[in-house]
Amino acid sequence: MAATQEEIVAGLADIVNEIAGIPVEDVQLDKSFTDDLDVDSLSMVEVVVAAEERFDVKIPDDDVKNLKTVGDATEYILKHQA
Amino acid sequence: MSKIKARKGAPYARILGVGGYRPTRVVPNEVILETIDSSDEWIRSRSGIETRHWANDEETVAAMSIEASGKAIAAAGISAEQIGAVVVSTVSHFSQTPAVATEIADKLGTDKAAAFDISAGCAGFGYGLTLAKGMVVEGSAEYVLVIGVERLSDLTDLEDRATAFLFGDGAGAVVVGPSDEPHIGPTVWGSEGDKSETIKQTVPWDRFRAGDLSELPLDSAGNVKFPAITQEGQAVFRWAVFEMAKVAQQALDAAGVTSDDLDVFIPHQANVRIIDSMVKTLKLPEHVTVARDIRTTGNTSAASIPLAMERLLATGEAKSGDTALVIGFGAGLVYAATVVTLP
Repeated sequence: MAATQEEIVAGLADIVNEIAGIPVEDVQLDKSFTDDLDVDSLSMVEVVVAAEERFDVKIPDDDVKNLKTVGDATEYILKHQA
Repeated sequence: MSKIKARKGAPYARILGVGGYRPTRVVPNEVILETIDSSDEWIRSRSGIETRHWANDEETVAAMSIEASGKAIAAAGISAEQIGAVVVSTVSHFSQTPAVATEIADKLGTDKAAAFDISAGCAGFGYGLTLAKGMVVEGSAEYVLVIGVERLSDLTDLEDRATAFLFGDGAGAVVVGPSDEPHIGPTVWGSEGDKSETIKQTVPWDRFRAGDLSELPLDSAGNVKFPAITQEGQAVFRWAVFEMAKVAQQALDAAGVTSDDLDVFIPHQANVRIIDSMVKTLKLPEHVTVARDIRTTGNTSAASIPLAMERLLATGEAKSGDTALVIGFGAGLVYAATVVTLP
């Protein structure tokens, strides 16, 4: 069953917490991965791969650079999840 | 049809000795920061690199190879005349003809050893090792010298903030010879040419023919830039960490070795972040010693695995007889992984 927006944000929060050590409550839709959440370009790849597995979605390398905020990633997953 | 006689070599092969050469000039991040807008902290956090070695005019591809090979031959306890083949993996020997392997074979004092160069980027050591094992078992050479050598400082764009800090120079060599037991596992290798754009030379050499310098990239002084190695960092990172972890696991499975049995992990020294993520993805146990030679050597492509192997043995972090997983991966994209007993 497809995940809701709320579930996706919660899932991304877990992933960012695991990879960058950021508290889950800090992971909000308007937060930038790089500027607010200490997720650099390489950690972003780890976030993306973890999100792919968790939400059964494919996020190609070319699309990763467009995912600047948690909201961008959430919207992408909502639209593309199987 | 005539019957053709075949030859039989040793039952198995093993690495008998390893040697390395690091250029005398140590280059700290401060020097890199003279030509790019970055910081020591940024370079360390993205790559783990603190210093690298850059070769001087005397430290040629051949000269560095001869130094490393001399140590490997001595460690193997053989003489140069016993070497039947010399395989050199490099992408930074600028005189393509003849192969640099022939000069190295001659200057080492081999007895007309077969000698040739291969091009397999950062997987070159594993490719060479696989060829060497085949030669020893088939009997075309009793001892094979495998050399990974690079002067990547010659192929570095010092104004590219994504790669200026990354590359280093050096040579690593091993002697592969006969064994009664298997000490080099099956190689898991391959290529993914559909990803060739992710790591490549900026401009092919033939664009430098007279009259064809238009549209070539220029440096800040307005001069045409020499070709350099570029990469798409995120795409390479994803492939290296997640796809190569699967290949590494296949090499363990093929050798019948579990990660609990493993003593040492020597991945290509591409980036400390790739190494750390691979260790995590492979779920390697705490007791496995992991090579992180990149911190003080940089990424030396084909030379990185034998250089890291030599250093782990020299510092005592690994010991002769340890079981090591080695995996190389890079431009092509190409990869090669195998399990070996350390010499």
